[in-house]
Order: sequence, then structure tokens, then C-alpha cells
Amino acid sequence: MSDQTYVTKDPRGPVTQLATPMRLDYLFTAGLSLSRNLRGYQRAEFVGQKCPVCGKVYVPSRGSCPVDGVALTEEVPLKNTGTVTTYCVVNVPFAGQSIKIPYICAQILLDGANLSFMGLIQECDVEDIHMGMRVEALWVDEADLVPSLASVKYFRPTGEPDADYETYREYL
Amino acid sequence: MAERVAVIGVGQTYHRSKRDDVSIAGLVREAAVRALEDAGCTWDDIDAVVIGKAPDMFEGIMMPELYLAAALGAVGKPMLRVHTAGSVGGSTAVVAAHLVAGGIHQRVLTVAFEKQSDSDAMWALSVPQPFSAPLLAGAGGYFAPIIRAYMRRSGAPLDTGMRVAVKDRLHALKNPYAHLKMPDISMEKVEESVMLWDPLHYLESCPSSDGAAAMVLGSEKAAAQAEASTGRRPAWVHGMAMRSEPTMFAGRNQVNPQAGRDCARDVYAQAGITNPREQLDCAEVYVPFSWYEPMWLENLGFAPEGEGWKLTQSGATSLDGGDIPWNCSGGVLSSNPIGASGMLRFLEAALQVRGLAGEHQVEGARKALGHAYGGGAQFFAMWVVGADRPE
Repeated sequence: MSDQTYVTKDPRGPVTQLATPMRLDYLFTAGLSLSRNLRGYQRAEFVGQKCPVCGKVYVPSRGSCPVDGVALTEEVPLKNTGTVTTYCVVNVPFAGQSIKIPYICAQILLDGANLSFMGLIQECDVEDIHMGMRVEALWVDEADLVPSLASVKYFRPTGEPDADYETYREYL
Repeated sequence: MAERVAVIGVGQTYHRSKRDDVSIAGLVREAAVRALEDAGCTWDDIDAVVIGKAPDMFEGIMMPELYLAAALGAVGKPMLRVHTAGSVGGSTAVVAAHLVAGGIHQRVLTVAFEKQSDSDAMWALSVPQPFSAPLLAGAGGYFAPIIRAYMRRSGAPLDTGMRVAVKDRLHALKNPYAHLKMPDISMEKVEESVMLWDPLHYLESCPSSDGAAAMVLGSEKAAAQAEASTGRRPAWVHGMAMRSEPTMFAGRNQVNPQAGRDCARDVYAQAGITNPREQLDCAEVYVPFSWYEPMWLENLGFAPEGEGWKLTQSGATSLDGGDIPWNCSGGVLSSNPIGASGMLRFLEAALQVRGLAGEHQVEGARKALGHAYGGGAQFFAMWVVGADRPE
């Protein structure tokens, strides 16, 4: 058998690769800390958690301060508004993409938080986005609220004057 | 370091966008066989195998090291898998070197690979999670905002990244193993290419490659035997280190991560390096997106903070007349088999100090840095190799 080679008569030649799309569904156990955060999304609220040692406010929180290694116990309600610290304009298509390209993907530092997270910016021309832009969250309709960031439809400019660079430079 | 460690053999594949003539097993074996030949030894001489690749999600094969044991002659031998995302090729080499430094083994085969044509890395990096929005669009979407932050902080001229994109592709023309061969590369070509993740153009980004890298690391005794039988001298490990930091914490310096600075400080201290630009002859540094050259020039102490772009702009990092050539092989911008990309940096650094880099050789190179980073620029692995046996 070992020195026999199978010759295909198919004009396309032998099969060298087979695409086998796969799907993995996870049951995600959020844990106590992240649950508080996710429940907040279900109420259309950002819930931060404050470190009892350094006083920094994390959103979303995983339950502990990575710097001090202590549990975050105090909940801090955060506003709907924040500042774009930095961003990129995504113009690349990929499998499973749900947003029309080009779109703005920004790091948003919510007012009162000490950690930025990635958010979609809409109602803003890709030409107009810039660092320091003030934005607000737009939530999905009440009936559609879920315990995930999917409850945030997107962020949009508030029209306020830009935040001063010094207010967010340490979050870059 | 208890025992001295030498790189006694290296091997890599000709990196391509699609190697449909081999399976993953065939791909890793190809690199491993070349490394064994270079080391003048056989499978029987190998005591253990240490293997690394990027996350299993990429090719969708869980724990591929199990099925690759046979192809890598590891059946009945210790085999270890290393996981540190994109930096894994470097970390894998460090873990393998530790097994020799610790006096456990005489010869360790270390291998890293990625078969991107069997994979959808973009998809694997964009998995929906309840606590983050599905916006990333791959690694470029993650790093582009950090690059923009660097541009803002440093005030670097906007063409800095494009210069790196051109320089590394010109270097790749001298490396027979490199994936991208673009003899007509130019600043205009880069600027005209699609803006994929503004501010990153298509040609400022790494390709998707199939490829593998392998090295045989040996003890002093193994190095002497290899040199006697092959006539090729080894590269000696003068220092090696790994560091990591969390992806997200308040006040994290994403542009110039502390873990990278700490890792470099450690590896330089071991190697007796106080001024990397002067004391190293070249460096192979993980630059998957053009702007990471000026950023890592600062992180690795080749330039003061905010001034890395000046070295790039001045041509200092070019093989063509620069005083500290970076990525003479063409780097990650020219070949990116993700899991192997870090090991290729380590391997190319070794080739340089062995004087075996061929057309992309830095004349008289005696000391070189190999570097890898991964994840959200949170995992770092580095080594300094030299032509001379460390004291």
C-alpha cells in the first residue's frame, strides 16, 4: 500500500483542504462581581466597582483590583457619558461581523471610571472622530435589555467641548 | 544560569500564505528535520521536546501537541506545551533553554508553528463575550488605538510607520525563507494601500502565513560535539527572561508596557548590557504592525521615551547602513506564522551571531536580541545570544 499513489480523475485535482465550520456554545458563569455589572446593563446602567486600596473605579469589573490584589466591594453608579481616549476606524471585513464597515471602534473612559473599554461610535462621521471627543451611551429599547454589553446600542457624540488631554492621558 | 545553553541547530520552513502540500504534522517536521541537520544530530539524540503555538482556537485543534508527538519524535520522551499567545514562540524557546540550563537535558528540540490557512484567526480573536462588544476585527483593531495613542504622545511624523513597512519588506528580499517578497515596495505603495484599521494601512500590517520554526538547544558538551561534527559554531544564550502583566488595569501604560521594560532590564542585566544600541549588533523584534518598531525601540531601551521614531526616521534600524539593524530577516511584517513568529525572532538572532544569516547577515555580529510579545501586549519573552561563550 505504502508506495501506491491515488490519482484522481477529477479535473479539479485532489482534495487538499476541507472547510468544516464549527460552533461552540458556552454557558458563561459570570460570578458575583461581574454579575452586578451585567445586571446593571439589564437596567440600562453602568455599574463600576471601587478598589478600597487605590480608590480606582473599574468598569467592567472582574471582582478584584489587578494592582492591589484585593476584592472590589464598593459599587459605584456611573454616568452615561464619557470621553474617547483613542480609537481606530475599522475597514476590514471578517466572518461573523455584525456592523457595516467602516465603523469607529473607540476606547471610552466613562466619567468617574479609571479604566476605558471598547465601544462602537455611531451618529458620527468617520472623518469627525477624534481623541477627547465627549460621547454618551444609547441603550436599546427597554424590552430588549439583556445582562450584557449588547444592551448598549452604541455611543454617540454629545456635542460638548472636547475633554482636556490631561484628563485622559494616563488612560492611553 | 547554572549550565550554559547553546543554540546548536536551527530550522525553518519557507513561509507561505498556504502550504496545502503538508498537514500541520508535516509542517513542524520540516522545520525540525532542518534543525536536526544543522545540529548534526538525529532524533535519538533529542532528550525532550518543547512546543508552542498560538491559541488552539485558531486552527480549531485542541492540544495539537498530543497528535504531533509522533511527527516530532517525542513518543516516550518528555514533551511540554507552552501557551503565551503571540509571544509563544519566544516563551517556548525560553522554557526549552531552562531545561538545559537546569542540567536536566543535554539536547532539547523546541518547535513552534501556525498554519493560518487551516485557521481563521480573525474569527478566533473576535469571539462575542457578554462583557465586551464584538468590535475588535482582529489584532489590528486592538493595536491601532494604542498606536494612535503613541502618535499623540510622541508627536512622531505620520510616515514613521510606512518607513518601517518599506524597510522590513526590503530586508525580506534578502531572506530566502520570508513569505512576502515585494521588490517594488515603496512609501507610495504603502500609502496607497487600503486603510484597514485607521491609522494602519494594509501594507503596515503583517501577512497571514503557514510556517514553523525549530531549534536544537544544547549543553556545553552538546555544543562542542555539534561544532566538531558540522563545523558551524553555536550561538550562546547570554540572558533570557519572560514577563507578563494583566490586559486591563487602571493606569496601565499600554503604549510602553511595564512588563516589556522589566523583561528587557532583566535580560540585559544577565547579559551585561547597559546600552543596548551600542552593545548589541542587531535585534529581531516582534513588529507585526509597523508602528511597533518605534514603540519597542523605546520599550527596549534603544531610545528614550518619545524618541524611538527618530531612530526609525534616521535609518538607524536599516540593514542598509544603520548602526542598529532591526529585523534583518524581514521580521513579522514579512512572515507571520503566528505561533512561530516569536521563535523566528529568537532563531534569527542566533543565526546572526553564528554568522549564518546569508544575504541578510549583519557583518561581524557578535551579540543580538531576540524578542516576542503577545496577547494585549502583555506577554513578553526575550533572549540575548552571543558568538562568545558567556563567562
